[in-house]
Amino acid sequence: MAIIASVALLITEHRSHRLDSLRATLSVLVDPLKYLVDLPTGLIAQTADSVRSYSALKKENTQLRDEQFIDKTRLLKFDSLEKENIRLRALLENSFKLGEQLLIAELLSINTAPYENIVVVNKGTRFGVHPQQPVLDANGVVGQVFRALPFSSEIMLITDPNHAIPVQVNRNGLLTIAVGSGQLNRLNLPFLPNNADIRPGDLLITSGLGGTFPSGYPVAVVDDFTPMTNKPFVNITATPKAMLDRNRELLIVWSDSSPVSLTTPSTSSEKKPGASEGEQPETAAGSGLTRKASAGAGPGTDRDE
Amino acid sequence: MNSYFGFGRIIVTVIMAMCLRIAPWPGFLTGMNPDWVLLVLIYWSIAVPERVGIFHAWTIGLLVDVLTGRVFGQYALAYSLVIYACLMLHKRLRQFPLPQQGLFIFFCLLFTQILLFWLKNIQHPAQLHSSFWLPIVTGTFCWPLIYTALRRVRLSRRT
Repeated sequence: MAIIASVALLITEHRSHRLDSLRATLSVLVDPLKYLVDLPTGLIAQTADSVRSYSALKKENTQLRDEQFIDKTRLLKFDSLEKENIRLRALLENSFKLGEQLLIAELLSINTAPYENIVVVNKGTRFGVHPQQPVLDANGVVGQVFRALPFSSEIMLITDPNHAIPVQVNRNGLLTIAVGSGQLNRLNLPFLPNNADIRPGDLLITSGLGGTFPSGYPVAVVDDFTPMTNKPFVNITATPKAMLDRNRELLIVWSDSSPVSLTTPSTSSEKKPGASEGEQPETAAGSGLTRKASAGAGPGTDRDE
Repeated sequence: MNSYFGFGRIIVTVIMAMCLRIAPWPGFLTGMNPDWVLLVLIYWSIAVPERVGIFHAWTIGLLVDVLTGRVFGQYALAYSLVIYACLMLHKRLRQFPLPQQGLFIFFCLLFTQILLFWLKNIQHPAQLHSSFWLPIVTGTFCWPLIYTALRRVRLSRRT
């Protein structure tokens, strides 16, 4: 009986997504365990925060204020650049995608599968998270949402062996694909010919092909490599920009896939926040975990980076 | 003999085992985390076979599938097969000394791991790390620990 049932389940799951709702229901039962296991780590972090000395806090505060000042000034310029970009693309009669909404999710320090680069975060479908959403951190692309459960979601890192991300070299726009290596500090670029124009230290950014990742986010930096003239393809590796093994906060991104109309650039920029708010209805009103979420849904974050 | 023996303790220990299963272990221990849930289930199926059946094993396996984000039915299948063997052999297993039980546990864990790897390989070709086998070894060594701990849990009720 049990064997037949399990085999049936295995086959159904393998073929279709029909069991996702069952998984969601069952995960409500098990998800409290994830939070329970995460509790000690969170408590330790909290205690460490509360016993920090006044001077250290003040120092951090000053540093953050400086950083914010610099970032704000950059954003001022960015705004005008964005407008200019839209105008220029209008001249070229090219469509322009923008409008991204961010949600801050916290990593749960649990370990579900030791051999796969999959992490669990504390935001799920209750916050509007859905599979295949890109996930970023402050430095670059982290991965994509692999499975969204009601109270948590699993995120596949870009270094997972089963993950591939379309990238381009920032210097010259050379397109390629970065495949995960299984190690947290390495990506493989297996599809580059020997005479490709790529150098150690080149920044790889997302190309936006494939539709999952929005274009223009930094992914990795190319490592040193030696050209092998006897083989058609070089074996190039890259180091991810994101701090995959250190970060506790991640950003889940909603990319607005509808291109902005280019005939009237002034209205298009006003349409953007409204559209992204419509996509994510529950963030501000969500319960329990709203501290981070409401910070993520604040007015500062509904512009794209 | 212990008809009044409640599900409470079994459930609590299984929940604790699930927590241990997903707990983050420091550094090199991550790869060695044994399958606590299966070990606990094996103990209960040997100790109180009239309380833990294949259906329970199957349900718990399903929950572990959800917990660890595997394909549905993977752990459910493995757990129900192992628990079936344990239920068949529970009278003999009770008489075994601990080392001999350990050997049995070793083969149970080995079987589970092979089955899981095989199922994973069917879905998409997977690589086999040498550290893939480590949880079996650590699990076997954890068996005496679990045996004594759960024995104490079980007998504390019967005063």
